[in-house]
Amino acid sequence: MTDQEIIELINTSLAEEFELALQEMTPDSTLFDELGLDSLDVVDLVIVLEGAFGFKIREQEAIRQIRTLGDIHRFVISKKLAA
Amino acid sequence: MRRVVVTGLGAISPLGRGTGALFEGLLQGRSGIQAVPEMAAVGGMRTRVAGLVPGIDPREIPRKFRRSMSNMSIFAVLACQEALAQAGVGPEECADGRTGVAIGSTVGSTRATEDFFADYFTDRSLERMKSTFFFQIMNHSCAVNVAQALGIVGRVFAPSAACATGCQTVGLGFETIAMGKQERMLCGGAEEFHPLTAGTFDMMNAASIGFNDRPQHTPRPFDRGRDGVVCAEGSGILLLESLDSAHRRGATVLAEIVGFATLSDPVNLANPNAAAIAGCMRLALADAGMAPAEIGYVNAHATATEQGDIAEGEAIAAVFGDAVPVSSLKGHLGHAMAASGSLELIAGVEMLRHNSLIPTLNLDDPDPACGPLRHLRGVEPVGVKALIKNNFALGGVNSSIVVRSLA
Repeated sequence: MTDQEIIELINTSLAEEFELALQEMTPDSTLFDELGLDSLDVVDLVIVLEGAFGFKIREQEAIRQIRTLGDIHRFVISKKLAA
Repeated sequence: MRRVVVTGLGAISPLGRGTGALFEGLLQGRSGIQAVPEMAAVGGMRTRVAGLVPGIDPREIPRKFRRSMSNMSIFAVLACQEALAQAGVGPEECADGRTGVAIGSTVGSTRATEDFFADYFTDRSLERMKSTFFFQIMNHSCAVNVAQALGIVGRVFAPSAACATGCQTVGLGFETIAMGKQERMLCGGAEEFHPLTAGTFDMMNAASIGFNDRPQHTPRPFDRGRDGVVCAEGSGILLLESLDSAHRRGATVLAEIVGFATLSDPVNLANPNAAAIAGCMRLALADAGMAPAEIGYVNAHATATEQGDIAEGEAIAAVFGDAVPVSSLKGHLGHAMAASGSLELIAGVEMLRHNSLIPTLNLDDPDPACGPLRHLRGVEPVGVKALIKNNFALGGVNSSIVVRSLA
């Protein structure tokens, strides 16, 4: 997968799960304030990403540092590279 | 004790969305029952009919609130919104601490439970369990989803007594307001259809199985040809309010709740008995301070089971004789379980308001074993403007509510 394909898969997966408008999802979008998610949604966000990419990330400390959609893109790309 | 009145009604039923659709459908003698062929996929399932709610788009409820809701909560929230709108009760009153909730269901969402365990049993892993799953299966799911979605900060109760839930919640709300603990209570039941609900009755030989090719001819309360329950779904919500509060707000009073009783019948887990039912109705009348002659209509629970209709018919005849009009609305609506009592009570309030008593649909040949009753066979004007509504549950839970037009 290219980085762009990874980003697109992340965005479409999250848009579907959380009923977000793709055009409003930019790398700078903050998950809580701008995309309107909360702590329960973050639990499901991890499940959605694990399902989409076939990895396990729930226990990763780096998850706690994620604030923006761009943080998710970079985190998943790094995980895919490391795989 | 304070007087308690009804100032708002909300109904999601097999006859459509809204109290208007419910009452119009009942007046027209429409059936909300349909064939559900996919029930054939369940091994051993003989009944293939149900009363399903048509035309609801859950997406009108924002995702933030909807994510924790199964269909039963969606029905309950929409019904509450309708009741609040009719009563003119807005977000301010919901947040004043004097508005509470008493809403129950038979169980949490069976659909959500099935979906979870279908996945869980593949590898017994929790890793795919969504955070909002539990909120859909917990027993107070409907009550808290309503409170969250509507910003209610008062008391939240979730009484659960299967098919008696609808009237028990109204009774609890009635007593809560009468005692001065809240000014307003959103009360009622909610239910979503799942094949296993119908399967539970089918397994006990209490579901209708002989009309799968003619779904609108079943259920048949009090009829000789009745062959059991038809399961349904929906939500009926009544906004109860102290009479003082209604007057202060200038709200239109739709009816007054004047009596409530609920009791346990330990004689048999599943078979209703006439003495206990009669006792429950007498207790409700005593609570209202009314004599049987002051009741102008009996809205029966009558689900169209062999034994249940006989026991209730005998009880009604014992308390009221054979002159008071009687009907069951299960013929139109099926049995919406936890929602049935409150949906039918809403219809009863509308009957008083519109001066039209609704007959039992599919009652073509009254069963004399159900007692000497004056079955309504067509729409009739209301005589005495007070009614009693019965609502019973497996497990021997009986409940009755007395309602009258405000004098």
